[in-house]
Amino acid sequence: MNIHEYQGKEILELNGVSVPKGKVAFTVEEAVRAAETLNSDVWVVKAQIHAGGRGKAGGVKVAKSLEEVQTYASDILGSTLVTHQTGPEGKLVKRLLIEEGCRIKKEYYVGFVVDRATSRIVLMASEEGGTEIEEIAEKYPEKIVKEVIDPVTGLTPFQARRVAFAINIPSKQVNKAVAFMTGLYKVFVDKDCSIAEINPLVLTEDGNIMALDAKLNFDSNALYRHKDIVAYRDLDEENEKELEASKYDLSYIALNGNIGCMVNGAGLAMATMDIVKHYGGEPANFLDVGGGATAEKVTEAFKIILSDSKVKGIFVNIFGGIMKCDVIATGIVEAAKQVSLHVPLVVRLEGTNVDLGKKILRESGVDIVAAESMADGAEKIVTLVEQGGN
Amino acid sequence: MSVFINKDTKVLVQGITGATALFHTTQMIEYGTKIVGGVTPGKGGTMVEGVPVFNTVKDAVEVTDANASVIYVPAPFAADAILEAVDAELDLVICITEHIPVLDMVKVKRYMEGKKTRLIGPNCPGVITPEECKIGIMPGYIHKKGHVGVVSRSGTLTYEAVHQLSQAGIGQSTAVGIGGDPVNGTDFIDTLKAFNEDEDTYAVIMIGEIGGTAEEEAARWVKANMTKPVVGFIGGRTAPPGKRMGHAGAIISGGKGTADEKISVLSECGIKVAPTPSDMGATLIEVLKEQSLYEKCKTHEVVTK
Repeated sequence: MNIHEYQGKEILELNGVSVPKGKVAFTVEEAVRAAETLNSDVWVVKAQIHAGGRGKAGGVKVAKSLEEVQTYASDILGSTLVTHQTGPEGKLVKRLLIEEGCRIKKEYYVGFVVDRATSRIVLMASEEGGTEIEEIAEKYPEKIVKEVIDPVTGLTPFQARRVAFAINIPSKQVNKAVAFMTGLYKVFVDKDCSIAEINPLVLTEDGNIMALDAKLNFDSNALYRHKDIVAYRDLDEENEKELEASKYDLSYIALNGNIGCMVNGAGLAMATMDIVKHYGGEPANFLDVGGGATAEKVTEAFKIILSDSKVKGIFVNIFGGIMKCDVIATGIVEAAKQVSLHVPLVVRLEGTNVDLGKKILRESGVDIVAAESMADGAEKIVTLVEQGGN
Repeated sequence: MSVFINKDTKVLVQGITGATALFHTTQMIEYGTKIVGGVTPGKGGTMVEGVPVFNTVKDAVEVTDANASVIYVPAPFAADAILEAVDAELDLVICITEHIPVLDMVKVKRYMEGKKTRLIGPNCPGVITPEECKIGIMPGYIHKKGHVGVVSRSGTLTYEAVHQLSQAGIGQSTAVGIGGDPVNGTDFIDTLKAFNEDEDTYAVIMIGEIGGTAEEEAARWVKANMTKPVVGFIGGRTAPPGKRMGHAGAIISGGKGTADEKISVLSECGIKVAPTPSDMGATLIEVLKEQSLYEKCKTHEVVTK
C-alpha cells in the first residue's frame, strides 16, 4: 500500500526521525494559513500524489512570500501532473504539503528494502542523492553502499556508522545520521514497510540531517496488524475497478487492450495474457480469481471485466485445483445471465470436476465457445474479437 | 526414486480442522498419502477424517513419528506454525498459506539457519510424487508417474505444464511448487540440485515468472552443474512494469526482473525456453528427442482427443 509524502513524514516524526516542519493543505486558503503558522521566510509547496517525479513535472515550487505560496498553491491544486510514474493520463492533485524551506548543503540517498537474494532487510545508501536510485545504480554502482541486516540484532549502530562514513557524511554529523538510519529502520520493521526510501536525505547549512522527501510503501499482507496505516489510505489514488475487485478478494489490474481475461492463479493469469498477445490480441486486464472462488466471486469478476467499455470479448481460462470447475461454470452461467452478456465468451476449463463443469456450460443455454486448451482458447477469442470489430 | 517426498513420508496437517485443510486432507488420504496426524491447538485428543489431532507439533511427532508437515494455518499465524514445525525437527515443512507478511518470513528464514528442516513455500501448491505421495492442493489425477522433474513458482501454471506432459505420454518424477513469495524456503537451485541427484529424474522443466533474479541465478547454476537437460518457461512477458501481478514476488521494478531479460539469460545458459505457455510440454519433448531421452521418458500412451 502507498501513502502520501506528508503521511510518511508524519510517521517519521512520530518515531523521532527528523523531517522539516510542514502541514497538509486541501485548499489554497489552508495552504496560506499553513505557511503563516510555519515560522519561516521560505516555503516549499509540494503536490501530494502517489507518484514520483513531481519536481520535474512542476509539482514542487519554492515560495519566497505568502503571495507566492498562494500563487503556487492555486496553480498546483486541481492541476493534473504527468510524471514518468503516472502514465500519460496523469494524476489530479487534491492535496498539498506546505513545508518550511531549508538551506541544503548536500543531498544523500538512504533506503531500506527487503532483499530476495539474502532474505533480509538491506540498507542502501549513496552520496549521490536527489537522483533516481536506478540511475545512481547505473551511473555510479560503486557509490551505492549496502548493509545486510540480521533480524536478530536489527540495524546495529556500527553498521549505520559504517554507512555514514562510506557516503562521506561529515564526522560531526555522523551520530545524527546514525540516529536517523536506526530510527528509519525501526519504522520499517514496526510498520511492516516494503520500501522506506529517503531521497534526498539532506545535510542542512546549520548542521542538521533530515528527510526532504519520504517514500514509504507497506506490505499489504501485514495491514491487518496496522490499523493506523490503513487509515492513511487515499482511495482517490487507486483505480476504481481494482478497488472494487479487492472487495471481493479478486486480484485485478486494468490494462489497455480489449480482451477481458479471467483466470485462476497469478502465474496462469500472466501466462494467459502472454498467449492472448501471442495470437495478436491485447489483454484488457489481469484478473486472478484466486483459489477459493465461489460462484458469487466469479459473477463479480465478470461484472468488473465488463464495466470496462473497451472489452470486446472475454476469455476464461481455469485450471481447477482447489477451485472446482463446476463452481466456476455455475458462476459463469449466473454472471452471463445477470449482465446480459453481449460480447463473445470463450471458456477453457480443466482440472477438478471438469466434466461436470463442461456439462453445466453446455446445458446453460448461454452462448459459450468451449476451448480445448489455452492456445485454442486464445486463438478463438482473438478471432472472435477481430470478427466483431469488422 | 523421487525428490523430497515418497511413499514412506509421514505427514502431519497443521491447522487440520479448518475447512480448506479438511477438504485437502481427505484428498491427500484418497491419493494414498500417509497422513498420520493433525495439529490444532485446543483440539488435541479429537479425531478428524480418521486422523488423530494434537495440540502441538511436538506431541504429534512423539506419537506418530511424522517426518513432514503441511501448513494450512491462516496467514497471521502461519509463520509461527512454520517455526513450531522446525523446532520439532521435521525433515520437511510445506506451507500452502498465502499472504504471510514478508517480515515474518525474514524472521523464519533467520531462525531456520543451521536447522535440519527443509521449507517449501509459503504460497505454494505443494509437492507431489505421482502415485506415491501428494502433499498440498494440486489435482492429483493430472499427474503420471515418470521421469521428468517439474519446479515452478506458480501453482496453476504447474498444473498446466504437468497436464501437457501427461497428455503427451510423459510422466513426472516429482512436481515441486516453490511458491510466489519474495522470501521463501526452498528455491529453484535447491530443487534442481535434488533433481540432478535423483537417479529417476532424466530431465527437468523449470517454470518461472517476472520479478527478482531467481531464474537467472538458477540458469547459471544449471550451466555450471546440471548433467540433465532443463527446459524453461517464464510467465509475464506482457506484464507492465510497476504492477504487482497477484504474487507478492511478481513485479517488474527498476527495470529489473523482466521476462525478456530472464529468457535471454536462460537461453544463454543452454535452457530451451518455451515460446508460449501452451508449448511447455512440446518444448520439453523436442529436447528429449534431441538428447535421445524421449523413449526413456515416455511412460504411457499419448492421450488423443
